[in-house]
Amino acid sequence: MAETKEKSHKPKPRVRPIVRLGIFLVSHSFLVSVVCCTSGVLALFLLPVLAKNTYISENALMPGSASPMLSNQHVLDGNRLVKDLTNSNLKSSETGIESHKIIAQYMLDLGAEVSFHKFHPQMNQFHPLHFFSSPDSGKIQENYSCSSYGINTVGIIRAPRGDGKEAIVLVTPYNALKSGFGEALSLGIAYSVFSLLTQVTWLAKDIIWLVADSQFGEYAAVSAWLREYQTPKFSSLSTFNSEMCPDINNLFEIKVHSVAGSKFSNSFRRAGTMAAALVLKVRDQGEQFEDTISIYAEASNGQMPNLDLINVVNYLAVHRQGLRVNVEKLRSLLNSSWLKSLGEIFESLAKVAKTLNPKYKFGIPATEYVEGTATLASSLYYQALGVPTGPHGAFRDYQVDAITLEISPKFSLDKVWRNDILLRGGRLIEGVIRSVNNLLEKFHQSFFLYLLTSPSKFVSVGVYMIAFALLIAPLPMVAASLYVDANSSSNFLKGDSSTPSAITDAAEHGITIRSWKWLNSAKLVFIVHLWGAIVSLLPYFICQIPDCSPTTSFVIWVLLSILSLVILNSVLASPLACVKASQEKEWALVKSVTISSVFIGLGLMSVINFATAEIGALVMVPMCLLAQPLKLDVRAGTLRSCCRIICNLVLGHIAFPPAAFFLLKGMLDGFGSANVGDFWMWVESLWAWNSATYLFIGMVQLPCWVLCVSILFHSC
Amino acid sequence: MALLRRPLLLLLLLLTHQFLHSWIVFGSVNEEGQKQEDFFEELLLKPLPDRKLLTHFHFQSSAPPSSSNGRHHHLFPKAISQLVQKFRVKEMELSFTQGRWNYESWGGFDSIPSSNAKPPGVELWAVFDVPQHLIDAMWKNLTHTLSGLFCASINFLESSTAYSAPEWSFPPASGNLRYGTLPREAVCTENLTPWLKLLPCRDKAGISMLLDRPSIYRGFYHSQRLHLTSTGSGSEGLDPGIILEQTLTVVLLPNSQRASLARAGEKHVQPSWSLSSIFGKEVSGKCVLAETSNVYLLLDRGLVAELKQLRKENEKSAEKVSTSENNWTNPSFELSAKPDRIFIEESSLLSKNPSILYKFEVEKYSESEPFDLVLTWKIPVVWLCQQAPLHASRFLMGSGNERGAIAISLKSTQSSEGFVGANFDDERCELQVDVFQVVPWYVKVYFHSLQVFVDQQPKAVSDTIEKIHVSPSKDKESPGVMELVLKLPCSVSSAALTIEFDKGFLHIDEYPPDANQGFDIPSAIVSFPNFHASMVFLENDSLNQSPLLSKFQEKSPVMSYTEVLLVPLTTPDFSMPYNVITITCTVFALYFGSLLNALRRRVAEEERFLKDKAAKKTGRLPLLLSKLSAKLRGRQSEPPHSTPGSSSLVNSKLVFKVILIAGLAVCWQYYFS
Repeated sequence: MAETKEKSHKPKPRVRPIVRLGIFLVSHSFLVSVVCCTSGVLALFLLPVLAKNTYISENALMPGSASPMLSNQHVLDGNRLVKDLTNSNLKSSETGIESHKIIAQYMLDLGAEVSFHKFHPQMNQFHPLHFFSSPDSGKIQENYSCSSYGINTVGIIRAPRGDGKEAIVLVTPYNALKSGFGEALSLGIAYSVFSLLTQVTWLAKDIIWLVADSQFGEYAAVSAWLREYQTPKFSSLSTFNSEMCPDINNLFEIKVHSVAGSKFSNSFRRAGTMAAALVLKVRDQGEQFEDTISIYAEASNGQMPNLDLINVVNYLAVHRQGLRVNVEKLRSLLNSSWLKSLGEIFESLAKVAKTLNPKYKFGIPATEYVEGTATLASSLYYQALGVPTGPHGAFRDYQVDAITLEISPKFSLDKVWRNDILLRGGRLIEGVIRSVNNLLEKFHQSFFLYLLTSPSKFVSVGVYMIAFALLIAPLPMVAASLYVDANSSSNFLKGDSSTPSAITDAAEHGITIRSWKWLNSAKLVFIVHLWGAIVSLLPYFICQIPDCSPTTSFVIWVLLSILSLVILNSVLASPLACVKASQEKEWALVKSVTISSVFIGLGLMSVINFATAEIGALVMVPMCLLAQPLKLDVRAGTLRSCCRIICNLVLGHIAFPPAAFFLLKGMLDGFGSANVGDFWMWVESLWAWNSATYLFIGMVQLPCWVLCVSILFHSC
Repeated sequence: MALLRRPLLLLLLLLTHQFLHSWIVFGSVNEEGQKQEDFFEELLLKPLPDRKLLTHFHFQSSAPPSSSNGRHHHLFPKAISQLVQKFRVKEMELSFTQGRWNYESWGGFDSIPSSNAKPPGVELWAVFDVPQHLIDAMWKNLTHTLSGLFCASINFLESSTAYSAPEWSFPPASGNLRYGTLPREAVCTENLTPWLKLLPCRDKAGISMLLDRPSIYRGFYHSQRLHLTSTGSGSEGLDPGIILEQTLTVVLLPNSQRASLARAGEKHVQPSWSLSSIFGKEVSGKCVLAETSNVYLLLDRGLVAELKQLRKENEKSAEKVSTSENNWTNPSFELSAKPDRIFIEESSLLSKNPSILYKFEVEKYSESEPFDLVLTWKIPVVWLCQQAPLHASRFLMGSGNERGAIAISLKSTQSSEGFVGANFDDERCELQVDVFQVVPWYVKVYFHSLQVFVDQQPKAVSDTIEKIHVSPSKDKESPGVMELVLKLPCSVSSAALTIEFDKGFLHIDEYPPDANQGFDIPSAIVSFPNFHASMVFLENDSLNQSPLLSKFQEKSPVMSYTEVLLVPLTTPDFSMPYNVITITCTVFALYFGSLLNALRRRVAEEERFLKDKAAKKTGRLPLLLSKLSAKLRGRQSEPPHSTPGSSSLVNSKLVFKVILIAGLAVCWQYYFS
């Protein structure tokens, strides 16, 4: 205290401006946090307005510069295959062998190299430490039987004058056992393109056509093939031998009586490094008014293919083939009136700005805004979920750019329209392959981090980062101000009580102890995070329990979690009780440390999966900032504290992960179908896909929620 | 003087021409005692099983060792002889290749694929006749010379990271060998033209007239090769004798427009072709400077066997004995010209079905009656080419930018079983496989991680590998070389070698312009020293006249090249240097700024300065600023001297003025727009 007195006599030395600014921000942290959070949310809603038009960044792609070569002859060929496939389905459908044979025969007749790839679907299992590791070659299971295998048919065209270093993959999922007409049609499109590509001279990369056996799911087949392609096993220790199964042997009785250089072998065939992959699907029922093509791009953990790939497809589909391109939207947002009014506000604002300076052209119509927001929301949602939206996700695990194209034709597929869709779809695929074939380097020019607001509009990382940065910016300031507050207020109290004359070593000692006081709350936060880690590991053990319904698993999980929290709490010396005894303002310190840990967690997550961090920040930042013991607010009894109580209670419910899940599910599907087991299923799907979102929920969000709740019910 | 000079020049030219002409005639005809320079041109045509046609041009010119010629040659290209003399090249081979040799359908056992199937891009190897320490310097000069000679970027082989010195696995094994490849070199007509310039008739006469550029480059594979061997020693004052062998191997698809039309019906009939339909040209006589000028048509063993089979069936079914005895009018195909000679392979060792060679002499044809060979297939024929005992393929494993693995997989081809039985009467029959693999330094191979799988069972390295020689790569100095001799059991059906590597980082200026394409690992060479590709033809009285046939007779080990691999490495963002410079500069500025600040500052002086400043009458703007900064500091504003009333007055005035001007500006803007 004497020092401060001395200081007041002298003129204070100048503090560096940057430090001064920091102190200023910390001291006005309330205002800053309100401003930052609102502007962060606002910036998020402004994203559709700020979206830029896509453009083709890599000049080598040159989409649409060559006129399509796919002629009616190829379409007829494709049609022939479709007919044969549908006929064979009628004839013998007990096994899919027959249709595999037909496809292989067709490929052989074109002069392609054909091979079958037998695989067993791998069970998705929870590997606690496999979240970010590259895919491995998979475990060998002993108990394979003949009944549970799939057969991928692979045809490869070698580029006539190419050096075979690179390849383009075309995937058509096909379920031989119960194939819809759409699947047969997608094979027809692929075949017509394939038959064209055997004749052209411009190929520089090899073409691989993979007919993925989708009876165990499209993703499983594609990923099994990729695993064999990239990380093959040379030693076969498993007892299973495919030659023991009679109907597989049946498969190899294809007669190769074609002269045109076609080769059939039962060994796995490869081409070079994959440059890009296209997954082609045709939807069975088309009810739209136009022929549309939907693009699915999200791979695991929010990874996206290079934007140029989407651009090429979009450009060719819209400007060359007259197809409508569609990107996934959240349908429920399309009809929301508040969004529409928000769009109108933005529109009118843009009009005003335009009258001021005609160069300001950032306005978009309200309807477009609503659509853009719906697309953006679904883009964010699927990226945040971290689960791939189609078989293309398997390619992204091997750093191959891939997208899924789903064609939904206009009318029910009668013969008149079938040829049309074969021609247009085929020409689209041909164009995309030709563009990728032109590439000298791999895709690298355009964006990898982006959100789509429409097929031709995107928000790049530089823009959407702003919203997130604004959201999390107040966190360190609030943490600092709380820490300073807690320290100085206690200092002040102590200082008042002690007479100025009694400046002893004891007081000095007290100050040092007090300045280390935050360690206590840090310990609490650490324990809760440790508990979070334990909770996220628990499902690994729970799923070992045989014959467990999702609901019971979920209940076991909850019980075990609570139990572990209690045990941890008691073992590590019951920090909450200790806190209560020592300090009144302890909750502020706990809040300060919590906020810092959340800041770190969100920052880390934004690097791994931005969308998850963004959505997490939307929920957690207000909750952390508002958390204050309910007792204090009740005692205060002002309007402001009432508001805060309400906000706290609402946020405290929403931020609990299961509650948030059920709320979201209820909003999307209606509350009637909600079931406790659903959450377990959802979590199971998250870890099966190695989604980092699962880790985020378990190790950042859940501990944060627990800490906030503990602050709310703090007894001060 | 100027007027005089021109006729003189002309006269001189005329005279020298005359003289030269007589000298050539004299040299080639009259000097019978001494060996002379000679030139042979030959063309081999061979139908391939997958409807394609192999055309193999073979030109050979040789210069005998002599001192009489001095620096002059009659036929032999001077550039080459100078190159041989200067760099003391003992043997050299340079090949430019586009496309891949399809070992499965075009065969891998004959002498054509094993010596003419080359990896894509440029391959160069040379054996020097100089002491060890001079070899590298010679190699560097040689690459530069060749790159100038052939308009190619062979000079990139100069850097020590690009070439290697195999010890024993490369077939012409010798310590003085240097080997380098450029897998990414684009091969085009600009490389062919200098190659043709080495021929005495260029492409103006003789067989080389057929070399029509569009049709060559339309082909599925073409490889132009230049092989030279120098014989004799250059030490005794004699110039070394040189044999220059130039081959061009092209695989073409005859009349593709007809093929697409005939798709539905006669899918299995081989397309008929003629020289004029393939190349769009005909041969009008031989190159006058050539000793011989022949066109051969080769039907390989599989095809001959198939034809015999077909004929037998025909005879059985139709009971026709009318099939004439002369071989060239076969029931299954027809030739337009009568072959001058038919060679049948000596079926000594392996097969009951010798291959047949038809010889056509171009000499007999002239401008008015050009030579054109038409082959018309009558019935569908399906056969298989002879394959190497194991089919080698190589691929990359793993993903990501950190590490990966190279795998070489060897699969047995069914057709080889016959040879194995024939070649080995031993109980423990073993198949020897040599593997030669060069990896660039930025692919850091861990040689200890070499694994061998035989028939899907992991084998100890010591069991299967008889001999291994490894020279690890040095960063930015030399590539890694691996030479292996594998001993596999003859009954092997598949074998695999895997070896792991880490991907290295390059310095930013070591990246090529298209760094994002990835980096190439050159082809590995897999050779089978126990198997020799040779064809010995009967009636070989005229053999000494045909270098092509004598080439066939040579026992060369069966060789095959694997695919070139593309490894994606981490590439920096190439705008990064700019960012780095910006950030570093900022950091430096901050650091030095604060350091200077701290050094310069004295506490007492600062206080005095503050007092001084307080004493001074401050202007409006600094006053405002100080007020603002005081606010920032969170203290009460205490303007030192001026009265608070006046300052607030000033303040409000200023604010009013600012607002007024801003309002005016907005109005003005609004009004005028």
